[in-house]
Amino acid sequence: MATLSLHIDLRLDDFVLSVTENLQLEDVTVLFGPSGAGKTTLLRIIAGLESRAVGRIALNDAIWQDREPRQFIPPHLRSLGYVFQDGRLFPHLSVEKNLRFAERRATRSDALTLTEVTTALDLTPLLQRNPTSLSAGEQQRVAIGRALLRNPALMLMDEPLSALDAKRKAEIIPYIARLPQEFGIPVLYVTHNVEEVTRLATRVILLAQGQIAAYGDAIEVLERIDLEPLAGHLETGAVLEGRATAHLNGMTTLSVAGQDLRIPGTSVAPGNILRLRVQARDVALATQPLQGLSIRNILRARILSIDLVEEIFAEVLLDVGGQHLRARITREAVDDLQLAIGQEVYALIKSVAIDRDLLT
Amino acid sequence: MELGPIWISLRLASVTVVVLMLLGTPLAWWLAFTHSRSRAVIEALVALPLVLPPTVLGFYLLILLGPAGSIGSFWVEITGTTLTFSFTGLVIASVIYSFPFAVQPLQTAFEGIGRAPLEAAATLGATPLDTFLRVASPLALRGYLSAIVLGFAHTLGEFGVVLMVGGNIPGVTKVISIAIYEQVETLSYAQAHYLSAGLLTFSFVVLLGVYVINRRIPINRF
Repeated sequence: MATLSLHIDLRLDDFVLSVTENLQLEDVTVLFGPSGAGKTTLLRIIAGLESRAVGRIALNDAIWQDREPRQFIPPHLRSLGYVFQDGRLFPHLSVEKNLRFAERRATRSDALTLTEVTTALDLTPLLQRNPTSLSAGEQQRVAIGRALLRNPALMLMDEPLSALDAKRKAEIIPYIARLPQEFGIPVLYVTHNVEEVTRLATRVILLAQGQIAAYGDAIEVLERIDLEPLAGHLETGAVLEGRATAHLNGMTTLSVAGQDLRIPGTSVAPGNILRLRVQARDVALATQPLQGLSIRNILRARILSIDLVEEIFAEVLLDVGGQHLRARITREAVDDLQLAIGQEVYALIKSVAIDRDLLT
Repeated sequence: MELGPIWISLRLASVTVVVLMLLGTPLAWWLAFTHSRSRAVIEALVALPLVLPPTVLGFYLLILLGPAGSIGSFWVEITGTTLTFSFTGLVIASVIYSFPFAVQPLQTAFEGIGRAPLEAAATLGATPLDTFLRVASPLALRGYLSAIVLGFAHTLGEFGVVLMVGGNIPGVTKVISIAIYEQVETLSYAQAHYLSAGLLTFSFVVLLGVYVINRRIPINRF
């Protein structure tokens, strides 16, 4: 596993970024946080595009920047690929020549071939096209392929999907999710979109106001309620993993810790594991099994903790056969139902967001 | 008809353009991308020939390049010849006089490219020179075309500076514009017509070419 060791400071007039962390890069690590947190700046510092930062950056044994003795390896000598928010294909070169540009300058001799990359990203029909004639989604796919052909030791991606609509996003995400496994290149991925976090992340770094607020396993970081004010867009919730068992009437049945959960549509094949994000405000609690409800998804759960949040709410952490679920209910309800830690309850789930198709 | 002045003018313009590109490219690049505070000062200096009367420029160049001037005396020391009233002196004067016509289109072109493609090239492993040759230059092609043509045409058309620095030595410094002036002075209007109409036509055709090509060159070509 690759280790990216960061010890950097950037002081500007109106912004300070200070990051010290050893990142274990496995599959996709997502750098997450609200706008203005310094995510893109941090990525640019790692790439060597922001020379005003001081400190030390090393990927495994390769030192990219150091304080004592002073050292700054320019971007073109760092073994990295960078996918920019806006693609940045060269407009004077065809798609194929854009790809060849990277291939000819690849950092390792066991380079990927153009054919491998064009096949993996379905770029073959685009090769002779002019980059400006491509759709935003196609441009980003080419940009990803171009960065891959450099055959880097680390892939940096700066909100590569932010310019795309939901449908295009959904088309490209699987390609990105496959990169680390298929090509053996770890990805550091910047986004402020929580869906992308849960779909792609193995680990999450939460950056707020130029500092790392949390770093760890994706499911753990996404479940922490104390991060809500820092994460901005991140609604509290929890992530469940379930195995698809059957399709019926346009619904898919998932087995979550031995209990069934029915979710709409999805083309997921039986046997595959899905990752779902359930927001705390979409979960209600009952102390007894209920009849005559429109809500179909009811999971038996045990209360692990009750945290008082904001003025009138309580956030209840539940255990569902080893997995976690969160419910946001009023304090009044906690008192009326006399909820207590260790108690068995029924969790009523109003809706789920399907976050990640974990291929098995 | 006298061919000497035409030949000298073309040679002067060609050499000047080559020097302009060699000096103008790094300066335009610097002006396009620097954060330095001295940028405005340098930009103003480069633009000076646009507003100064050629005689003012020629006057100072004459002093500077003359055998008593700092550059002129140094030149005498190492070559044994004077810079003023020589072809080399004319080239130096022309480069300074035409500098804004070469630097400004290049600077505009480089600014139009911006840092984004250069950063992309760097992250793909291209050295700065590689990036300049394979990414920046092709994208700045229109800027180069304008700079070359304007630098060339402007040098062909100069008069005041040439007269001050180069004088009127047949076969050495007597360019077209000076030959025309001399012919008019001596009332050889027929001769003056040949050269004047020729220069007029040439300049128009060249400028027309620039504007037409500028519209036709797509940014994307491969």
